[in-house]
Amino acid sequence: MKRFTQHPLFWPVFTLALLLAASSLFNPSFIRLTWHEGHLYGSVIDILNRAAPLIVVSLGMTLVIAVRGLDISVGAVVAISAAVAALMIGGSFSATVEVQSENPLWIALATALAVAAACGLWNGLLVVKAGMQPIVATLILMVAGRGIAQLLTGGQIITVYYPPFFALGNGFLLGLPVALWIAGVLWASLHLVLSRTALGLFVRSIGGNPEAARVAGVRSSAITLCVYTFCGLAAGVAGLIVSSNVKSADANNAGQLLELDAILAVTLGGTALTGGRFTLAGTVIGALIIQTLTSMIYSLGVPPEVNLVVKAALVFAVMLLQSAEFRELVARGVRGSLSKPLGDKPQ
Amino acid sequence: MNRRLLPLTVTIALFVAMAVFGAVRFDGFLSLQVFLNLIIDNAFLCIVAVGMTFVILSGGIDLSVGALIALTSMVSATLLNAGWNPFAAMAAVLVLGAAFGALQGFLIQRFNLAPFLVTLAGMFMARGCCYLISTESIPIDDATYVAIAQARIPLGFNASLTIGGLVALVLVAVAMRIAHASEFGRTVYAIGGGESSARLMGLPVDSTKVGVYLLSGACAALGGIVMTFYMLSGYSLHAVGLELDAIAAVVIGGTLLAGGVGYVAGTLFGVLILGIIQTLIAFDGTLSSWWTRIVVGALLLLFCLLQRLFEGRTPKPA
Repeated sequence: MKRFTQHPLFWPVFTLALLLAASSLFNPSFIRLTWHEGHLYGSVIDILNRAAPLIVVSLGMTLVIAVRGLDISVGAVVAISAAVAALMIGGSFSATVEVQSENPLWIALATALAVAAACGLWNGLLVVKAGMQPIVATLILMVAGRGIAQLLTGGQIITVYYPPFFALGNGFLLGLPVALWIAGVLWASLHLVLSRTALGLFVRSIGGNPEAARVAGVRSSAITLCVYTFCGLAAGVAGLIVSSNVKSADANNAGQLLELDAILAVTLGGTALTGGRFTLAGTVIGALIIQTLTSMIYSLGVPPEVNLVVKAALVFAVMLLQSAEFRELVARGVRGSLSKPLGDKPQ
Repeated sequence: MNRRLLPLTVTIALFVAMAVFGAVRFDGFLSLQVFLNLIIDNAFLCIVAVGMTFVILSGGIDLSVGALIALTSMVSATLLNAGWNPFAAMAAVLVLGAAFGALQGFLIQRFNLAPFLVTLAGMFMARGCCYLISTESIPIDDATYVAIAQARIPLGFNASLTIGGLVALVLVAVAMRIAHASEFGRTVYAIGGGESSARLMGLPVDSTKVGVYLLSGACAALGGIVMTFYMLSGYSLHAVGLELDAIAAVVIGGTLLAGGVGYVAGTLFGVLILGIIQTLIAFDGTLSSWWTRIVVGALLLLFCLLQRLFEGRTPKPA
């Protein structure tokens, strides 16, 4: 039992299970899955589908945090990637008629992803080559990035009415949403790469002690650069899913506050913000916790305004649980109430 | 010349250069009122940025200030509509802001939590509380507030300043004195330079760390009051993203984000540079508003690279 509760994924899974149980308690039809016209339907699938962009971004964020970094520009990169894709496909400001794509779809998508990866590379260069603090380095792109996205779209919402593009955010493959497949495949391949090759070990060692890792012969600069580039790429993928889902690119609001949700998902999953310890599965669960919470609040008929307060309370709780000082305080309090005279304080 | 004064010099030179550019390029740019408007229109940003300067000097960060401004405006509007005395309402929101900041500071100091995360959660919390009060904008028609909002202090040459602008300038002067000539200020610099050394020197590190966030919270509340003068309404979407502007102003003002180095006067010029970019874009009339963001981003990059040059190449852990 103790081994069970001490598993790093215990608390995230427990929280998610609790939320799911509460959801199905309030709404009995919550867990029902139906097969309709070759697609799987149900609240759970809906949550998974809506969580997909957050999962994708959070996976990139996990690796950045694992190497002691932080990327607060992902929201802006989502907006840029959505804008590039919309422009390449040839969206317009008020189109409701179907358009023919100006470029082949794969070129449009590849360009958007390449731009997003370049944004990530830029962040990485500022961190690795210029030696800036990650939060400052990515702040630059966070501020300028949304401006660039607005510049691309002329400050307007660009509507993309091109059915093949809709598949990313709305389509189904083998009964499951395409967005979910993307998130799943990304997670599985990352997991394989990080657990089957030495890369995972390298990432952990850089996060644990960058200097020691470098001296031990780990190519920390190159790996850190790759990690930031990947984070940008992941944000780009999320941007494509989001813009395909709403069939438009909104430079002002696409990915707004996404960086905060992603950091929250990573923290909830049990990845240490100090670097070195990370869990991809935990991050996926963290993202699902956030989306389940949001869906639950909506389905309960609670005003969505409460969402933010609940989220804030959740972050505070998780942070305190992760703090050694807090755990010690609680342990001392419990011990103190069990046996009143407490001689020496553990330091 | 003192190396540490160099970023400040660059900031001031940049501001002067932009002002000269504007004066040469546009008719009517070179008037006292245009420059006073920089302070009037950015009074709340200036006030918040002063609080942020202390937080950043101590090596921390405060992301909750924008949300706290919105909360201040909402609470002020609600209290005024409930018939509170306007000055009692102002005092109440100042206490609220200071308490909010102090609580964040306590969590950061006592439980050794990351300032970024604590104030991020604080931002969610404050914004969420705004929505709980109301999702609609609440107008303020209190006679005293309207009178303060419309009051102009004539300065000669057909130019005048608002009360909000005056508050901002006075705060900058007071903050300069606190930063450079008080025990609190010196401790803030010492903590930013190296927390354990500050502790070994016997400085009151713990209380100062809490105090820094308390000050930032109080500044945010004061900024919120000034903003309510400016907007005459309470709204949960006031000041979205203001924390980034404040951080940008502090960095452009020459304060190191790693802590320990910087000047409050630099922050004033950082705010003025952000303001003059917007004024230049407004005077030009053909450039769109998003150029502001891109230029601010470029300036941030410039100053961060500049700082790295002065800092030497010893990367600090994040």
